[in-house]
Amino acid sequence: MDTTVTTGEEENVWGGGNRPLGASYGKMMMWFFIVSDALTFSGFLSAYGFSRFKFMETWPIADEVFTHVPFFHGNYPMIYVAFMTFILIMSSVTMVLAVDAGHKMKQNAVIWYMFLTIIGGAIFVGSQAWEWATFIKGDYGAIETKGGRILQFENIETGKRVALGEFAKSISTERVQSTRGTGLWYEKEGTLPTYSMQEITEGLKADPSVVIRTESIMQDGEMEGEKTVLTRAESLEKIKDGRIVVEGANLIHNEYGSRLFADFFFFITGFHGFHVFSGVLINVIIFFNVVLGTYEKRGHYEMVEKVGLYWHFVDLVWVFVFTFFYLV
Amino acid sequence: MAHDHKLEIFRGTLKFKNNIQKIWGVLIFLTLVTAVEVVLGIYKPQVLTHTNVLGMKALNWIFIILTLVKAYYISWDFMHLRDEKSSLRRAVVWTPIFLVSYLIFILLFEADYIHNVYKDGFIKWNF
Repeated sequence: MDTTVTTGEEENVWGGGNRPLGASYGKMMMWFFIVSDALTFSGFLSAYGFSRFKFMETWPIADEVFTHVPFFHGNYPMIYVAFMTFILIMSSVTMVLAVDAGHKMKQNAVIWYMFLTIIGGAIFVGSQAWEWATFIKGDYGAIETKGGRILQFENIETGKRVALGEFAKSISTERVQSTRGTGLWYEKEGTLPTYSMQEITEGLKADPSVVIRTESIMQDGEMEGEKTVLTRAESLEKIKDGRIVVEGANLIHNEYGSRLFADFFFFITGFHGFHVFSGVLINVIIFFNVVLGTYEKRGHYEMVEKVGLYWHFVDLVWVFVFTFFYLV
Repeated sequence: MAHDHKLEIFRGTLKFKNNIQKIWGVLIFLTLVTAVEVVLGIYKPQVLTHTNVLGMKALNWIFIILTLVKAYYISWDFMHLRDEKSSLRRAVVWTPIFLVSYLIFILLFEADYIHNVYKDGFIKWNF
């Protein structure tokens, strides 16, 4: 830097040390990283919107998919995700408080607020893991047709969903899971579903209270926005299209509806969860730096502010994921 | 480093005494907005789900607008954009807004077209 220059007006523009945006190099780079990361997430969410608009009339209804709360039985749509959202906003608040305490050079306050932020992040990641486990395990089970569409089952009187186990007929078969040891070419196969297609078909024929509900969403009338439920006669006809039994979800099949739904769920919430996880890791590193007094020696807590920006960004992304995955 | 904070939100109608109070104030506001979203999401009033505004359910418009409101307060108050120079703010905010609006426009328009092809064209996919 030019040592003769003392006032802002006379500063040498190309001499270095100039801050036209009023932010330090590190902070500005964090902002630019956030912008590019925001574009990545927007790409994913727009792709989700694309698939959803493409299958507008058959997309799964989120309220019927995410209905569980840990330690409680029953149907509570939205409650747990709302809790997760609140946890993340809360940990954002403790992060801002840490940044604020850093500006005032209060080391102990920064330590405590960083600690609380890390705890909040850990609770969120844990919740997301639980959410994934529940999603993968599945609820009621369904049938996939030869066209790849999902048929679910419902009680004709109560209008409540019926699990496969409640009506499937028990038929003993010779079919066992093929493992590497039993096959001639050392080919193995995935876990067989609990019930066979035949057991479901016979069970449906035998139980007059069970009907099929299809992926199609009613487009008008009193039940607009609800899934179409077939009559008993239509159900017996439709079950002939069934090919495989689906329980839970993976990247290829899922019992909730369109295959893309599960793919996007895993991809978007997974990518976000990975961000939260790495955010927690970075927070832990900064936490130990604060404890060791690194920033006290450095004379400022700007590093806390920078990881704070990343942490708030993760919160910001969740606000959008929450809306587009669970609400809209 | 910017030690001075702008302590007004809602265009100056609500002014806080210090930064910590402002943080809690914004938290209360964000929590309220989330609560409204959740309540609407659980009850789904028929008035809102059965009215169409610009090709989308009124309820979905409300969700999206409330989301943008939340995003504004997170970035402005938690990420301190309110205290940054306007040049930094504009560089960071308008770039993604422009690019993302463009992307959304293109993708949703195209998806709607494909939807119509699936619906009216001679393609059998729902079987």
